[in-house]
Order: sequence, then C-alpha cells, then structure tokens
Amino acid sequence: MNETDIFQRKEINTDFEVGSLDTTFIPQRKQESWWSYIKYIVAGILFGIILVKSEVISWFRIQEMFRLQSFHMYGVIGSAILTGVISIQIIKRLGIKTIDGERIVLPQKKFHKGQVYGGLLFGFGWVLTGACPGPIFAQIGTGALVIIVTLVSAIAGTWVYGLVRERLPH
Amino acid sequence: MMDILKQPLPWYIAGPLIGLMVPVLLIMGNKSFGLSSSLRHICAVYIPAKIPFFEYDWKKESWNLFFAGGIVIGGYIAGTLLLNSQPVQLSPKLISDLSRYGVTDYQSLVPKQLFNWKALLSIRGGILMILGGFLVGFGTRYAGGCTSGHAIMGLSNLQFPSLVATICFMAGGFITANFILPYILKL
Repeated sequence: MNETDIFQRKEINTDFEVGSLDTTFIPQRKQESWWSYIKYIVAGILFGIILVKSEVISWFRIQEMFRLQSFHMYGVIGSAILTGVISIQIIKRLGIKTIDGERIVLPQKKFHKGQVYGGLLFGFGWVLTGACPGPIFAQIGTGALVIIVTLVSAIAGTWVYGLVRERLPH
Repeated sequence: MMDILKQPLPWYIAGPLIGLMVPVLLIMGNKSFGLSSSLRHICAVYIPAKIPFFEYDWKKESWNLFFAGGIVIGGYIAGTLLLNSQPVQLSPKLISDLSRYGVTDYQSLVPKQLFNWKALLSIRGGILMILGGFLVGFGTRYAGGCTSGHAIMGLSNLQFPSLVATICFMAGGFITANFILPYILKL
C-alpha cells in the first residue's frame, strides 16, 4: 500500500495510535532498517522489567487501586504522566530531534464517543484481568502462561471491534 | 547490587521511569508510546479477513510488535533473575476482603487461584480471563488507546480526548471492582 492509498481510505480515522494511517501525521521519510528495531526490543525489555518490579502488573494492585486501598498505582501513573508532560515540554521548547535528525511529531487526537464507550468497556476488562495490554505481555513473560488465553481473547476483541466498527457510534 | 535490583520499585521511581518511555520512544524514532495498537497489528498480520480496519501497511508499525516482544523478555528477566522472594505487600483490607472469596494465596502477581488452566473451564475463570481479555481488546481499540497510549502518552501531550478516555477507564474500573467483581468472585 502506498501513500495515496492511505489518503484514499474511506473510513474515518478514530484510532490515532497507528501513525502511518494518521493523515495529520507527517509520514516517516526514512524506512528504518531491521536492525534498528533492536532498540525497540531493548526499550521493551526495560519497560517490562519496570512493569514487573513496580508490581503494576499485579492483579491485586489493580484491585487495591479501584477499592481506594492503596496509593501505589496512583503514585505510579501520576508521576509517569508528570514526567511525560515535562519531557514533551522540553522536547517542544528545545526543538529536540530524533536520533536520525527528524523533527519530532506528536499526533493530535480528536474526540469521538468511542473514547467514552470503549473507555468504560476497557475499565471493566482491566479489573477482571488485572492487566492492560502492556502488562498482559509482561505477565506472560513472568511465566503466567495461562495469560496467553487472555492475550488471544484481547486479539479477538480487537478483531471483533474491527468487524463491527462501522455499526458502532463514534 | 543484585539484592537492590530484586527489591520492588517504589512508585516514585517506577512512575518517572515509565514516564520516560514517552521521550525515549519519540527520540528513538518518532514513536508514540502505546501498546494496545500491537493487538491491531497482530490482527493486520494474521487475520485481516478483508476488514478495512486491518488493511494497512503493518510493516510500518512493526516497531510496536518488537516493543511488545521486548516486554515479554523483560517480564521473564524480572520474573526469574530479579524475582523478589518476599510476597507483594498488600493492603490488609484487600486481603481480608478477598479471603471471603477463597483467595488466600498472595505469592504471585497473577493470582494462581483465579488464573490457571483448570479455572478456564469454570464460569468464574472464563469471565476473568476470556471475557476480561475480550473487553480489554475491544474497549482499548474502540477508545483508540489504553493506559499507556491514552493515560500516559495522551495526557503527557495534553490531549483532551485522552483525558476523557482516562476518566472513563477509571469510572469503568471503579464500577466493576466495587459493584460487579464481588458477584463474579462468588461464582
């Protein structure tokens, strides 16, 4: 699929996480070589270790959070957001570029009803599984192999959303 | 040194480290932090089924799958080499609440009494693992992101839609944990 195909897509974009489909997003000029993906594996390994060592992948910690029985999760998520806000402000103000010298582009999201309905549905799933998508991968890594079933089910949920999305309110 | 690394990370260290994933991925290659999209890419690679939502050049997004793969490896390292021998320090209130439903083993991060192969065949296990997983996949894609994509990346970039999504994640979580989960655990 080339660039023109992407611009001719009929569907309305409601998912701003797929950068190459976001028409407001400047397409990557340079195709990354396969070995450059190693850096994303390394970033993933570090992120996975942090997720496990901070216990945010614990089903129990999720229950504590929603029962207001512990500050831990609020502290983690709150300080992560604060760090992210400060980092993005620094990147913007100093005009920091990527290691390949590209200008950093931040996707702008548009509001649609899916953020409400989908958000509530994900909230239900988050409590049941005790995991969001990142922690699902980390839980499997720690040896809880039965969580592969949860992952397959989450892939199925994503697929069914893709199948019925035209009929859902957005 | 290893003893220090085996200790659980307090929130004020873990949170900023997680937040740093935002600039790290941007500087590495203009990538927006977020993981639920990996599920969409897996659909696009293996089961696109001519559904327009999955017909895109997933190769341009494959960094996300490498990132997710790295998390599995990181989970393995943290669960073996860096494993903390002490159980998670949980709130005594939660322990007394859960003991009423027969959950008494707090050793592992994923409760073995609720999440195991045998439990998959029970109604309770099916709801927790199969329905729960389905809702995570369906809900995050409908919302266009998860905790990392919306709550951390979106809010870091001061995106209003991400604030709406995050409030809804939390609202859905509060309702489920306090009013629905107790009934599921009784099953």
